[in-house]
Amino acid sequence: MTAIDAQSLELVCPAGTPAALRTAIDAGADAVYCGFRDETNARNFPGLNFSRDEMRASIDYAHARGAKVLIAINTFARAGDPGPWRHAIDDASALAADAVILADIGLLSYAARTHPGLRLHLSVQAAAASSAAITYYEKAFGVKRVVLPRVLSLAEIALVTRSISCETETFAFGGLCVMTEGRCSLSSYATGKSPNINGVCSPASHVSYRADSGSLVSRLGDFTINRFTPDQPVGYPTLCKGRFKTTVGEGYLFEEPVSLDARPLLPGLKKAGVRAIKIEGRQRSRAYIKAVVSAFRESLDALNGGRPDPIDSLALMTEGQTVTAGAYKKAWR
Amino acid sequence: MSRISLTLGPVLFNWSIDRWSDFYARIADEAPIDIVYIGEVVCSKRQPFFSGMLPDVIERLERGGKSVILSSLALPTLERELRYCAALADASQMVEVNDVSMIPYLDGRPHAIGPFINVYNEATALFLADGGARRIVLPPELPMPSIAAIAAAAPETDIEVWAFGRIPLAVSARCYHARLHGRTKDSCQFVCENDPDGLRVDTLDDEKFLAINGVQTLSHSYCNLICETRQLRDIGVSALRLSPQTCDMVAVSRVFRDVLDDHCDPEHALRLLRTIAPDTAFSNGFVHNTDGALYVME
Repeated sequence: MTAIDAQSLELVCPAGTPAALRTAIDAGADAVYCGFRDETNARNFPGLNFSRDEMRASIDYAHARGAKVLIAINTFARAGDPGPWRHAIDDASALAADAVILADIGLLSYAARTHPGLRLHLSVQAAAASSAAITYYEKAFGVKRVVLPRVLSLAEIALVTRSISCETETFAFGGLCVMTEGRCSLSSYATGKSPNINGVCSPASHVSYRADSGSLVSRLGDFTINRFTPDQPVGYPTLCKGRFKTTVGEGYLFEEPVSLDARPLLPGLKKAGVRAIKIEGRQRSRAYIKAVVSAFRESLDALNGGRPDPIDSLALMTEGQTVTAGAYKKAWR
Repeated sequence: MSRISLTLGPVLFNWSIDRWSDFYARIADEAPIDIVYIGEVVCSKRQPFFSGMLPDVIERLERGGKSVILSSLALPTLERELRYCAALADASQMVEVNDVSMIPYLDGRPHAIGPFINVYNEATALFLADGGARRIVLPPELPMPSIAAIAAAAPETDIEVWAFGRIPLAVSARCYHARLHGRTKDSCQFVCENDPDGLRVDTLDDEKFLAINGVQTLSHSYCNLICETRQLRDIGVSALRLSPQTCDMVAVSRVFRDVLDDHCDPEHALRLLRTIAPDTAFSNGFVHNTDGALYVME
């Protein structure tokens, strides 16, 4: 692994399981982010996440190899029942996590008050998209890094990063929320299960498929999200990636089933002063993690060493989907 | 039991200037509404169209006995949008904060927290109250037990609940009106003005589902908590928000006021509201801790 100096981009990688965490670190992650096995984190999926014992062993594994572990506690605490969220913060501190990633103002206040030595990162779920918003979180809670919502162009990221004191982290690869993170209730409108409250979006428990006159219909809750003819690849019915009808026209109204690939923009992100880039995908397989993290490690080592990017494409890892630079290019809007 | 207030949320849609000014004139003169929130929340490009008329409209509303609160943008990112936040903070009226960006400009002065701020628990409500929040409009997806816990923990703060109108479900950097018309946000030509209640979004199986409004996505259904008003009052909610649609909002406000004053029973009021907004389903699922799209009959 290349030593990280002040000018290098840090590579922050997802880990849904202890095995994925070891894979990511072995493949060159500078830091991994992960969550406890409950609704305190925004990837509360069956079979994912870490028990307290697994987290302790994983942090030991990471620290022995010079990597950091960032614990995401990035749903919003339930009114009348803050216990699970506060315990998660207490345990992250006790386990010597390198930072916790928080979105909830009440939890940020609790963490800053109760664990003044604990490093706080502001989750993308807080949707702090302006210098004024980020400065508020810096001053109120001593936040050291903000994960920027996927709404800003590259030029805007540079402007924001220059105007604040804390570090910025941006998404570089993987699934793409088209809605501002932490501000979306589409899933709970259709299923009763909310990203902000339950840590899930378009949950599999509410997905169904139905054959209908030669087509396959995918549904979420009581709503049809897409319809596929036999020659079309069937996609998972994530609500904002569905096809819908209006009086003006029909189609992928919000976004095609694309995923983010900002690798061509890495030099620009570095120049903008961004401190870390993040790969999405705590639900992904170890094979995926290994391929994507290794590719990004090579790209970043080349970038940090002033060499051209050696990797042609990671398109295979996006499962046949097309890729986008998302909001980083202004015309996406 | 204290009297519960009725508030009128800001117009979320791109209304023509005539529709907009006629609407507020009628609200000022006829609606039994205590607080009117006014100002652009969704898209800063729309704001210049009515900003010149805003002082006169505010004066008329205040003459009509309404308190006026100035709503701010839900997702300010551009420098000019932050300058607009700074200018709002200097106004004599209270400001409704719809993004954390607005808070530093207020410098602790009394303000309202709008429904686009994530207040999911009492700790967040109390932290914001310490910073000057006098009113908090809760996120529409909160279930009744969460509303009750927050209201109980913050008795000094007026807690307001989304009670009528399309539910704001998401905001994006991308303008869906522009995208649908093959344009970008910067070249939108204000095509959202054709849809004063938002543009209906159906599923491919013709289920009515959502509505788009520029960068915002809302429910197709109108939230309607007329049958929950007394329960909300009993758990300490102090205000109900009616969000403007093109249906007769004066009539809507009268129905809600009559129920709150025990002049009309909720079941009859529900039938009246169906006649006022006959083409749109109602929903109340969020407060009942289920799919937001559902209407739960108690």
